[in-house]
Amino acid sequence: MADLYELTDVRLALPDMTRKPFLGAAPRTEILKGLSFSIGRGEILGIVGGSGSGKSTLGRCLVRLLEPTGGQIRFDGVDITHLDASQLRPLRRRFQMIFQDPMSSLNPRHKVGQLISAPLRLHGAHQPDRAAILALEQVGLPRSFADRYPHELSGGQRQRVGIARAIALKPEFILADEIVSGLDVSSQAQVLNLLDELVRDLGLTLAFISHDLSVIRRLCSRVLVLYKGEIVENAATADVFAAPKADYTRALLDAIPLPDPDQVWA
Amino acid sequence: MSFLTLEGLSARLKGTDHRLLRKVSLSVAAGEVRGLVGESGAGKSMIGKAILGILPRSVEIVAGSIVLDGVDLQSLSPRERRRKIGASCALIPQDPLTALNPSRRIAPQITDRLVDILGWDRKRAEDRALELLGEVHIAEPERVLRSYPHELSGGMRQRILIASAFAAEPKLIVADEPTTALDVTVQKQILKLIGEMQRRHGTALLFVTHDLGVVSKVCQTLSVLYGGMVVEDSDVRSFFAAPGHAYSRALLAASPKYTDPDGSLTPVPDAVIEAVRQEVAAADRTWSHG
Repeated sequence: MADLYELTDVRLALPDMTRKPFLGAAPRTEILKGLSFSIGRGEILGIVGGSGSGKSTLGRCLVRLLEPTGGQIRFDGVDITHLDASQLRPLRRRFQMIFQDPMSSLNPRHKVGQLISAPLRLHGAHQPDRAAILALEQVGLPRSFADRYPHELSGGQRQRVGIARAIALKPEFILADEIVSGLDVSSQAQVLNLLDELVRDLGLTLAFISHDLSVIRRLCSRVLVLYKGEIVENAATADVFAAPKADYTRALLDAIPLPDPDQVWA
Repeated sequence: MSFLTLEGLSARLKGTDHRLLRKVSLSVAAGEVRGLVGESGAGKSMIGKAILGILPRSVEIVAGSIVLDGVDLQSLSPRERRRKIGASCALIPQDPLTALNPSRRIAPQITDRLVDILGWDRKRAEDRALELLGEVHIAEPERVLRSYPHELSGGMRQRILIASAFAAEPKLIVADEPTTALDVTVQKQILKLIGEMQRRHGTALLFVTHDLGVVSKVCQTLSVLYGGMVVEDSDVRSFFAAPGHAYSRALLAASPKYTDPDGSLTPVPDAVIEAVRQEVAAADRTWSHG
């Protein structure tokens, strides 16, 4: 079976507003510099890199919130690189996204039940309210949470609502962009364990963006390391940790402060 | 003798019985680096704010004392207290973007405090700012002093705030999660820089963080907090060898370690949370609050 995603030489250039002259167009700066890779079905791909490496931009291209300026993205064999909004709509329910900050990605005026069922209604799903309750249970939250507002939940619970909203549509692919970086270690562990379970139970494919290699190691089967818009490493997780090929990957690993006072941290 | 001593410090939400700090006792000696560790809501930032006298208006201290350099802060008038704290303490804040005024250049943001509060003349303050930017390894300090915050990277802005904290040679600095907004490679540079500055100036440091990895790199001692209560007070070496409290052990087990081949993460078990909550409740019953 073919890979779920195939990317060939994907490029993205955006106007650099910091260098925009008073009159006239801003010069363009290249964020993604020709990325080629694929994501297999059922795979959990980790995408890692420092700030400004282009990892979130790449993620947004995968779910076509951004349109690449060059190259090609194929999803399940279909070229989605330049599809317009109406052509994308039927595809949208097949690839979903979980956002970094649940406080700003969940409307504070809507109850949890509404938040999860809204996309279901939009896509004309059968019995959206029942499906929302089911999704809540799948992420380990009680049904009664459907009547609560986001501010009544803890950070970890809010992030579970984000996950419930993404899985409710029964997508094939989910993009998770730094979804545990705002959480305490304990809720972080809970959310990661949940995600791992869901991927296996629901046969999902997941791209997990993070700057934290410890988290990547816990969850992902393969890792893509980005540096300044280019792929510097694309290998099985075990290999990356055993023997990183790129100097940048080595530097990323060495920079992680382990909870161990004897770690050499030169 | 300790430079800072908290003795039984308790605080609550004004006019309610909602307790935020519960009989917190800890001390920081001159030149010591102490970590304050806990999950969100544990009260670690609250302690930093209480020491610096910047608690939100909705929070009141109901019992206990903060002794800074031999002086009990509660015994001073608000004005004297501000002066005492301002002369001997400083803060390295969490978010380098919101801590700097976006509409002003860097130079006055470092020198204003020296001029207005410590009464330095402007020339001396500007020379000091230039010297400090050199100390925090900023190339072209003259250009940076003339820049606006948005023209600088996150790591650069955090360096400026570190320089600014050390400007008036404080005896104690509270660092409130100073690297959580930064990526790992920049975090490493900034932590090393804070350590280097701290040793050079012999400053005591209270380092607020949720990351035990960071604690093991920069601190000598630590206090672990849960529900506004200190559950463990230890030196770093013995803590990481064998944490004394069940909650500390669970917190350490939940911290990710990339060197661990199976990489499994264990959330803090419900039973441990329940036990530490009971402990907090039991302590509450035996304490009378004013």
